[in-house]
Amino acid sequence: MIDPVIRVSRLRKRYGSTVAVADVSLVVHQGEIFGLIGPNGAGKTTTMECVEGLRKWDEGDVSVLGLDPRKDARALQERIGVQHQEAHLQKRIKVWEAIDLWSALYPGVVDTEALLDQLGLTEKRNAWFMTLSGGQKQRLFVALALIHDPEVVFLDELTTGLDPQARRAIWQLINGIRDRGKTVFLTTHLMEEAERLCDRVAIIEHGRLIETGTPKELVQRHCPQRGVVFSSEGEGVQDKLERILGIDNVTCDEKTYTLQGTGDDFVTNVIHAIATEEIHVTGFRTELPNLEDVFLKLTGHRIRD
Amino acid sequence: MMTGFWKLTWVEIKVFMREPMGVIGTLGIPVLIYVMLGRVFRDRPRVDTPQTVTLNLPILAALFIAVGAALSLVAIITIYREGGILKRLRATPLSPLTILGAHVFVKLLFTVVGLILLVFAGRQFFPGAIDVNLWSFTLALLLGTLSILSVGFVISSIVPTARFAQPIGSVLLYPMIPLSGLFFPIESLPTGWRIVANMLPTTHAVGLMQGIWDGAGWGAHWGNVLGLVVVFVVCSAVSTKAFRWE
Repeated sequence: MIDPVIRVSRLRKRYGSTVAVADVSLVVHQGEIFGLIGPNGAGKTTTMECVEGLRKWDEGDVSVLGLDPRKDARALQERIGVQHQEAHLQKRIKVWEAIDLWSALYPGVVDTEALLDQLGLTEKRNAWFMTLSGGQKQRLFVALALIHDPEVVFLDELTTGLDPQARRAIWQLINGIRDRGKTVFLTTHLMEEAERLCDRVAIIEHGRLIETGTPKELVQRHCPQRGVVFSSEGEGVQDKLERILGIDNVTCDEKTYTLQGTGDDFVTNVIHAIATEEIHVTGFRTELPNLEDVFLKLTGHRIRD
Repeated sequence: MMTGFWKLTWVEIKVFMREPMGVIGTLGIPVLIYVMLGRVFRDRPRVDTPQTVTLNLPILAALFIAVGAALSLVAIITIYREGGILKRLRATPLSPLTILGAHVFVKLLFTVVGLILLVFAGRQFFPGAIDVNLWSFTLALLLGTLSILSVGFVISSIVPTARFAQPIGSVLLYPMIPLSGLFFPIESLPTGWRIVANMLPTTHAVGLMQGIWDGAGWGAHWGNVLGLVVVFVVCSAVSTKAFRWE
């Protein structure tokens, strides 16, 4: 078994009397996209910054690439790339100047022209930072995080405030990073992002990790129920379905039927029953639980409440 | 990591030059003060004030350069801190000292540029007014500025937000100018104020610059040099403890 890239155990961090991180333990393996998900103020950023070597913690152990971020922060900085939440650069620094400056800070650097091109920033290379759009700024920060081809990339709320198109472009880029064998540690409070992008996620709430696993595992573990909703003009549909499926949670509202069940076969069984009974269906959709539902189940509230 | 230092310094110079208000404030104002007051006081660089101290306008202007540099430093550091720029730079292999050192270096560089402008203005408007060992005077101004900049670092450690940086910085730094001995002698101050004045870098900067201006050697003003060094050491030590990166 290869050592994990990141290992955090029993991390605890307070600011004055406020406990930012109460108890966080996690491991991140090479080549995976790991997402720390939770609402604002849950301790995501603090955890990440302890791992990056930017913050001293009170209790617990952290190791990244075999280094202790407290003792070997400088050595670590050469091997990791970071992007901070709501960060800025000098207002009047040009895109190419930022790239040039960052290039001078690391021993080995990627082809920066290709990187700018890949991030769609080539046209903006002479633009001042303050004139860039939100998405362009984020892409520049991604470029700065990737400029030295780091082994681990840390991305804090990367796509917050971006439009869906810019978001998708960045997701694609991050997938590309992982596909080259790099490790990605990100935080997000967007469940869709976590579900689409992350190989594994950890849910954090009030400074504690409450669950860890692949998005699919978490959904199966905590929200196994499946729903089918369809419309039919036919008569006696509810009786037929209840008889065949052996379930009693069929509800009908204005010719729209909602069926609840569990297991991977549930949707297939419903389709089969509909076909067997030759029920005439005018509309059909499934309601599958997602991470948002898992979060609601585990914490009792929605992530954006 | 010297490559990083020079790259960062160069970037900061360019970024500073692109902000017209900053350039005018640090480079234009001292020259303006010098030229305008010089005109008011009938083209004489030295003016007899009622307190019988001879006001040396070039030194007043030089002091404005130094104080302006510190104010500009406070503004930049607090804005960079608030924008997460300092934090982002710290997440690179750059050492914290390199990041802050580059800013100090840029400020010292513009101090020299300011002085050069001052000398040119002097030659232009008051021929024969500036007759001094410029190398020695430049060095004195740089030492004074460095010491005042270290006070700037302490101020940027204590101001809560960038919005307050300018007013708090001004309130703390500008009163140092009238207490510096330029307008009336330190000896004429009440004891309490005299002690305060002697703790201020501006007072020692003025003492040293005045001495160099009058043709005295550095040895004659070792007390001022020591004062500037002590302020620098104490303020640097305080900043090391109190400085906030975010």
